Amino acid sequence: MLKELLVILIASSLVNNVVLSQFLGLCPFLGVSKKTETATGMGVAVIFVITLASAVAGAIYQFILVPFDIAYLQTIVFILVIAALVQFVEMFLKKFIPGLYQSLGVYLPLITTNCAVLGVALTNVQKNYGILTGVVNGFATAVGFTISIIILAGIREKLKYNDIPESFQGMPIVLVTAGLMAIAFCGFSGLL
Amino acid sequence: MSQIDEKGMKKENPMTERLVNGIVKENPTFVLMLGMCPTLAVTTSAINGLGMGLTTMVVLALSNVFISLLRGIIPDKVRIPAFIVIIASFVTMVELLLQGFIPFLYDALGIYIPLIVVNCIILGRAEAYAYKNPVIPSLFDGIGMGLGFSVALTCIGAVRELLGAGEIFGIHVMPESYVPVSIFIMAPGAFFVLATLTAIQNKVKIVGERKGKDMSKIQSGCNSDCMNCADTGCAKRLIDETKGEEGKNNA
Repeated sequence: MLKELLVILIASSLVNNVVLSQFLGLCPFLGVSKKTETATGMGVAVIFVITLASAVAGAIYQFILVPFDIAYLQTIVFILVIAALVQFVEMFLKKFIPGLYQSLGVYLPLITTNCAVLGVALTNVQKNYGILTGVVNGFATAVGFTISIIILAGIREKLKYNDIPESFQGMPIVLVTAGLMAIAFCGFSGLL
Repeated sequence: MSQIDEKGMKKENPMTERLVNGIVKENPTFVLMLGMCPTLAVTTSAINGLGMGLTTMVVLALSNVFISLLRGIIPDKVRIPAFIVIIASFVTMVELLLQGFIPFLYDALGIYIPLIVVNCIILGRAEAYAYKNPVIPSLFDGIGMGLGFSVALTCIGAVRELLGAGEIFGIHVMPESYVPVSIFIMAPGAFFVLATLTAIQNKVKIVGERKGKDMSKIQSGCNSDCMNCADTGCAKRLIDETKGEEGKNNA
């Protein structure tokens, strides 16, 4: 059991990296990666939300959708649950943990439209993960996102000082960087 | 954006205008840079790109029609959640149909079919067009945008398949001596192809701006910043709405 969880942890965070090989959550990956500081904030917020969302979505699937035989409604239910959950987390943090809200709050609304959250919830169902395995998978996926966004932000900080051809300035060079990172992450596939 | 639409509509037949607008003028991938996740993920071959594009088109056209039909009934405040439920219902239906009738496509597209729900293009069109316009133009708007998306995905898929496997639609076209650059059908290749595409857009934009043309539409979608994506259609309004409601509830 523990070994299985460890395999999922490595597979979801490094080998099948959510951004670099699944292309989920590309929008924040490209949009919020200008500085390492903000990238870290975004990463932590994503870890928090995805872990929580996979727990809630897993519980709803297991205890409501399956017993009532309405598992085919999963897409509708998950998207609504996630949207509501992010709003709820934002309200909760604002009220009870203002310190954390100040550092993460800005990123939370951006996560509502992050397809990685819905993607993880659906993958968990598709692969028949239980709630615990699902949470571990969600956590690992989010850690993978955080790792890659922080690395990209680090590279982009250095990239600023380089002389880039006019038409490659801005997004194209960032995409080339992401492509090179994806090649590097391909190397992890030997891990399993 | 809507002003330009209205101007255009006076000139020509609104149906054709909508189709041309979706395929050429506001092509969601080539011009606006919207919906990048599926664009990168499913374009490993031309047929997958085409399948994804057409699936999205069906959902887009149906949800546009329904949202347009219900535009007098849906209260303004809860319109975004209502849009999401409508879109998610159609996505579920299309998913089940694909599973039943085109299983190979269902297997190839996998998790990206349910993820059509979070595709910026669909919610963006619902908000920007279908919610404000009659049924028939909304239908054609959906078909036009969907066709534009399909054309773009098929082109990107064809380029990747040609370079990565030497084939187009599974037919071998490259000479025998061509060694496929298999990285192009793997994940990194998607980034490189998109990088080239955005570089071309940048070039067009720079040249166009020098000539004094209005190039503001190019890359006005998700490209440069996440906030932009939010502005063009979906997220920001959703957040504003819910915040407004919260404020009311608290008061």
